[in-house]
Amino acid sequence: MRVIIVGCGRMGARVARDLDREGHQVTVIDERADTFRRLGTEFGGQTVPGLGIDEDVLRAAGVEQADAFVAAAESDSINIMAAQVAKEIFGVPKVVARMYDPHREDIYRSLGLETICPTIVGARLIREAIADAQRR
Amino acid sequence: MYVIVVGGGKVGFYLAKTLLAEGHEVILIERDPVRSATLSQALNTIVLQGDGAEAELLEQAGMGRADVAVAVTGEDEDNLVVCQVAKRKFNVPRTIARINNPKNETIFKKLGIDVTVSSTDAILAQIEAQIPAHSLVHLLNLRAAGAAIVDVKLAHDSPAIGRPLRELNIPRDANISLIIRGSTGVVPHGDTVMQTGDDVIAVTSLKSEDTLRGILIGTGTGG
Repeated sequence: MRVIIVGCGRMGARVARDLDREGHQVTVIDERADTFRRLGTEFGGQTVPGLGIDEDVLRAAGVEQADAFVAAAESDSINIMAAQVAKEIFGVPKVVARMYDPHREDIYRSLGLETICPTIVGARLIREAIADAQRR
Repeated sequence: MYVIVVGGGKVGFYLAKTLLAEGHEVILIERDPVRSATLSQALNTIVLQGDGAEAELLEQAGMGRADVAVAVTGEDEDNLVVCQVAKRKFNVPRTIARINNPKNETIFKKLGIDVTVSSTDAILAQIEAQIPAHSLVHLLNLRAAGAAIVDVKLAHDSPAIGRPLRELNIPRDANISLIIRGSTGVVPHGDTVMQTGDDVIAVTSLKSEDTLRGILIGTGTGG
């Protein structure tokens, strides 16, 4: 599978490394080239410095041939825009956007974007962990 | 009208100031706390401090009853989100976004934003307006109608020179509305003969723009 990942923060880099290790063709985009060090020395994929919402940058990263697109930049707005550009403009079949703001996640999910909100997922896990402790 | 302006930079400040002076109800949203306090004092109006792309803040700002939402932050992606949330969650009738990368104009249009304003494009148009001929300058994009008002100065080698308007085969969805000849405006009719130096102002659908360019400028010269 050809996968493009926007944002080489902790989460983006982690997803990139995992997919690369599984044998997928991975391209990572980040505005700050120094973040690519998070990918480690084993990483066999491509890196493209640039803004993940810029269609020229996305084209250079091969968005037109991509099978999947992950928007995991630090800013929710960048992820929303990058994901919509990938989906609506370039027709990437599978697009996932990470969003911190649960309200915004709610709105964009209802508009048909596939979203993952670490805030909600994390809060649920923490609640479950505490509930476990109560039961003991 | 009730106008919500997101982004308190120079554009946002002067926009809010002008709208207030015209008697509109305006709320300005600015992320930076220091800047937002300064703005509040200078404008003597409510400035909400926070991230204008956050739906909760927009709700507090009364987006539900806003007539217009204007997003003029320095970040295209934030302007997109503000306008989309305003439009789709709060059903704001008119959304206006500032864009910095001119290429985002098409993207914003496809993603449902009513109006985009690009200072980069405006400056480009001014530069192009100085080019005497061989160029079709966009005066106004009427996005919703898929049309534009364009301006072209006829060069001596224009294929239209010396021919009456009716012979030019102007496409059905285009219309030559005005010819500025010297310092007078001529409303053209079928018999009006095109002359070198004529400033031709036309309304055209975007799809017929290339055809019109070919008729008035000639092929191969580009715009």
